[in-house]
Order: sequence, then structure tokens, then C-alpha cells
Amino acid sequence: MALGRAGREGRAERAPVPPALRRKRRREAGAVLGFLSPWLIGFSFFFVYPLVSTVYFSFMHYDGFGAPSWVGLRNYVYVFATYPHFWQALRNTLWLVVVMVALRTVFGIGIGLLITKVKTGGNLFRTAFYLPYLAPPVAATIGFAFLLNPGTGPVDHFLGDLGLPQPGWFNDPGWSKPGLTLLALWGIGDLMVIFMAALLDVPTAQYEAAELDGAGPWQRFRYVTLPNISPIIMFAVVTGVIQTMQYYTQAIVAGQVASGVIGGSGEQFEPGYPDGSTWTLPQLVYNLGFQRFDEGSACVVSLLLFVIAMAFTGLLLRRRSGLLDDLSEAGG
Amino acid sequence: MTSTARRGGVHDEASGGRGPRRRYRAGSTDAYRRHRRRRVLEWVGVHAVAVAAALFFVLPFVFLFLTSVMTDSQALSTSYWPTHWVWSNYRAIFHLPGFLTWWKNSIEYAVAGTVLTVCSSVPVAFALAKFRFRGRGLAMVLVISAMMLPPQVVIIPMYIFWANQLHLTGTLWPLIIPMAFGDAYSIFLLRQFLLTIPREYLEAARVDGCGHVRTLLRVVLPMARPAVAAVALFQFFYCWNDYFGPQIYASDNPAAWTLSYGLQSLHGAHHTDWNLTMAATLLVMAPVMLVFFLAQKAFIEGVTLTGVKG
Repeated sequence: MALGRAGREGRAERAPVPPALRRKRRREAGAVLGFLSPWLIGFSFFFVYPLVSTVYFSFMHYDGFGAPSWVGLRNYVYVFATYPHFWQALRNTLWLVVVMVALRTVFGIGIGLLITKVKTGGNLFRTAFYLPYLAPPVAATIGFAFLLNPGTGPVDHFLGDLGLPQPGWFNDPGWSKPGLTLLALWGIGDLMVIFMAALLDVPTAQYEAAELDGAGPWQRFRYVTLPNISPIIMFAVVTGVIQTMQYYTQAIVAGQVASGVIGGSGEQFEPGYPDGSTWTLPQLVYNLGFQRFDEGSACVVSLLLFVIAMAFTGLLLRRRSGLLDDLSEAGG
Repeated sequence: MTSTARRGGVHDEASGGRGPRRRYRAGSTDAYRRHRRRRVLEWVGVHAVAVAAALFFVLPFVFLFLTSVMTDSQALSTSYWPTHWVWSNYRAIFHLPGFLTWWKNSIEYAVAGTVLTVCSSVPVAFALAKFRFRGRGLAMVLVISAMMLPPQVVIIPMYIFWANQLHLTGTLWPLIIPMAFGDAYSIFLLRQFLLTIPREYLEAARVDGCGHVRTLLRVVLPMARPAVAAVALFQFFYCWNDYFGPQIYASDNPAAWTLSYGLQSLHGAHHTDWNLTMAATLLVMAPVMLVFFLAQKAFIEGVTLTGVKG
């Protein structure tokens, strides 16, 4: 839409322009360029250049030192056919997308609804629900590793006291991803605020009309609330998928703490503990590029991440073209 | 008919969402009583669920805190409540090697990163929101793409650049310097806010003889204070929480570690000291919580702005 307007402007410029106006326009263009310059430099240097290099390195054998050498598609073949963790990471990512994104969205709507219904102490509850979102991911993950730790963690005792089974959580390949999901649900604060704002925007007249028509609570939710907040659900799902593509810190820290192997200098921790159940795509980049010094193969995974993230960004831009719309007529 | 009902509904909504009460009161008192009982039950139900949810969100903090004041051996036992309160745990972690350095590094990274991001992103957002120029739509698409780009996509060439060309790995410079060139997320958020400022203010400034820079500094910035505050907070939190960046660029040099990165090494180095680890964990959370309580409103507005407006 904005592009169309720019095109029309371009055509208009062909008409003869008085010199004074032309000077003014040139000054305007200079001002725009001046204001944009930090980002123009940053974008070319921290986005375009490395992106092109990533493509270049994906065809090279390079260990970070010396000269890279051309290997054609061999890195691609290696990553997809031989590298032991690729399919594992892809499967884990798919699991996280389906379970974590879906549960976070549903839970976010639920908590958002709850907070709009709370009449007494609303502020207090809202703060309580929001606070975990602020906890630094490393700190939150270490905290959860302790809470869920088999044998010593309070959650473990508690489940034991209730006579429930005590899963191994971050030490059990079947429970590590559910553990991470629990951690993600704990930090739901941002989604809660977004859904709460959307829910408060639903016109009350529509609820009244539905009630007069004899709609029960479920029907009001299904036929009034859901259609009204569906753009926000879409937004939450798409940004959730993109975030899951970047899922890194919690997965690697949970593995490190649970296995007792620290990262940093010295000892090397191979991600994925336990049994490869917490491998994610970004960790492959880390493992290939910074632990195995195979920069070319790391770039193959980077490109895959890029393609997936941009596909979903395209979806977001298309469905919510409002992101690009102007609320007020801008010009100058 | 519908219109009167609706008007009545809107009116009742204003008096606290008690729509149907009047209708029932006009009818039989029995129905009214039944309705009242339902509302009390609803209040109890909603608050019971809210309390249960609040326990889920708050109890982890409570357990982390209780563990942080236990003795080593009690932290590994099966009790929930500390027998003696060992406040000295908090003093002890400051004596752990590196802890103060990480603290200093985190503050440096977060403060420098925040200041640079705000200074470089505001003019860009201003141009994108208030100027009409060719390629503006494309520029917005690129900003949103950059915002959605996983950092791992460009990390290999960037690392090679910082390591082999500038020899700055092992420091926090590779994390701080890029912040002087605008941050896509901050630009996006600021632009969304600036769009809501009516054009009349800008025109008035121009009539008063203000140039673009003066308009930005004197007219737009004071009005955009909540958005600038939100961006600054988000950026501060981003830097404070960042794990990937310090791990890639600073992991070989413990003197350049940040709190977020150093924290996980505490657990490994002091394998069973859950009490000390939890005290450190809470101390890493503390500045973020403190900043949040000081600037709660700006923060929540910022979150809403990214998700809803636009």
C-alpha cells in the first residue's frame, strides 16, 4: 500500500517542478537520509553483509582460520544426511512449535480472560501473573532446574507427598521438553497483557446482543470473543513460531544444570542433554560453528533458520498488513 | 427495541457491569435473589481460579527465596522451610570469584546498550513515521524482517569479522557497538507510537520556525516519552538477560562474562550448593524486578503497543 503511494509520487515528479520546490525537496530528502543513516549503516553492515556471507560460507569448508575452500553442496549433504543431531533438532522444534506455541496461546487467552473477570485485587493478580515474564531466562531456567530436580526439588517432594509419580524432568528425555514447556507457561506475562488489551477492546454491545439472543457463556466466547481477538491469536501464533525457531537459552541451560556439566571456558558441554531431547536448531549453529569449527555447515543451518523465519514473517505481514498502515496521515 | 436494550446495557456497563440486575429487579424478587446468588458464586469461582493461578506464578519465587536462606545440607533435604535463616548466603556469593566483575560487566553492557539504542533508533523511527518518501514501505518491511531474524542466522560471519578483523572477541564490544546503529524492534515500537502523534503538532512547530531536528527534540520527544521509556526498558532487559551474545563473544574470557552468562557456571563450580546458586539467581532477577516496579506503566504500555496497535 505504501509502495503504491510511493509509485504515484514518482510519476508526479515527472511534471515540471519550480526550482524553489525542488530545492526544498532535496533538503527534505537530505533530512530523511540523515535521520535514517544510523539504521541504513547498521542494516547493511549487520544484516545484508552477514547474510550474503552466510550464503557464501555455506558453500565453503572453513574452520575459522586460514583460507576457506570451495566444497559445493557438501555442507548441505553433511547437515541433512550425516550430522547426527539435525533431524533430532528438527523433530524437537516441531514438538515445541505444536505443544509450546499452542499451550502458550491457549493459556495466554485463559489468563487474559481471567484477569478481565477478576473484580477484587485485579492489580495484585496482574502483577503476580506478569512478574515471571521479567525473570532473566538463565535465572528462570536454573530456578526451574532446582524446583524440578529429582530428589531435592520442592516440586518433586510435593508430587511425592501427594502420592503422584515423580518424573525426572530435565534428566529424563521424555520429560525434558514438558519441563521446558512448563517454564514457558510460567513466563506468559507478555501474551497475557496483549490478550488482555484485545479482550477489553471487544465491544460490549456485542455481548449484550448475544445474551439477548440467549447465548450461554461458551457461545458468547465462541461467537463473540474469538472472532474479535482472532487477529491477535494469529499474531501470537506466528510470533510464537518465530520465537520457537530461536529457542536456545532455556534449552541449553536446562541441559547444563541438569547434567552438572558447565559451559564457559574449559569443559565443553554438548547441547541436547538428556539423550538429545533438547537439541534445537540454534544450538546446531552453536555446536557446528563454535564447538566443531565447521563454519560452512553452521551456515547451512543458519540459512534454514532464515528461510523458516522469513516465511512466517511474510505470513504475519500479509495477514496483519496493519503493521505497515499509518494511523494518521504522515507526510512532509 | 434492540436499540433501547442496547442503550440500557451500555448504561449498566458503566455502573460496573451489572447489566441484567435492573431487568430482574423489575420482575420478581425471587429471580433477583437467584441472580444475585449466581453472581456471588461467579465471584468466588473466578477468584478461586485466580488464586490458584497466582500460586503457580508466585510459588517458584517463594521456593527460590526459601532455598536461598537455607544451609547447604538443608537445601538438599526434603524440607520446604529453612530451620535457620542463613542470610550470610547473600554475603557469601559476593566472595565467589568473578561475581563482582560480572555484575559490573552486566551493568556496563545494559547501560551502554540502552543509551546507544535509544539515541540511534529515535531519529530512524521519526523518519519512518513522519516523512513521506519513496521506499518507505520497503524500509518498514525490512525493519520487521530484521526484527524477526533469529540472531543465529548472521552469527558466523559476524563472529569471524569481530575475531579476525578487529580482534575484539573476549570483550563486550561486539555486543555494544552494533547498538549504535539502531535496533529493529525499538525502531518498530517507536514508530508505532509516533504514528499516533497528530500531524498538527509538527506543522505548528514548522510555522514557529523549527527545523526537523528541533521539531524532533522539542516537540516529538517530550510527547513520546512513554514510548522512549518502554524502548529503553526493553533494551535494558534484553542486554541484562542476553545469554547467547556473551556466550559467543566473551566465553573464553571470564573477566568479560556478564551475570546472565556467569550464573550458570556457579552451579557447575559449586555442584551441590543450591542455596548459593538460588541466592545468586535471585540477585540476577532483582535489578530487573526493581526497574519494573519503578516503571510498570511504561512497560505494560510498550508490550500492548507491539501486540495490539498497528
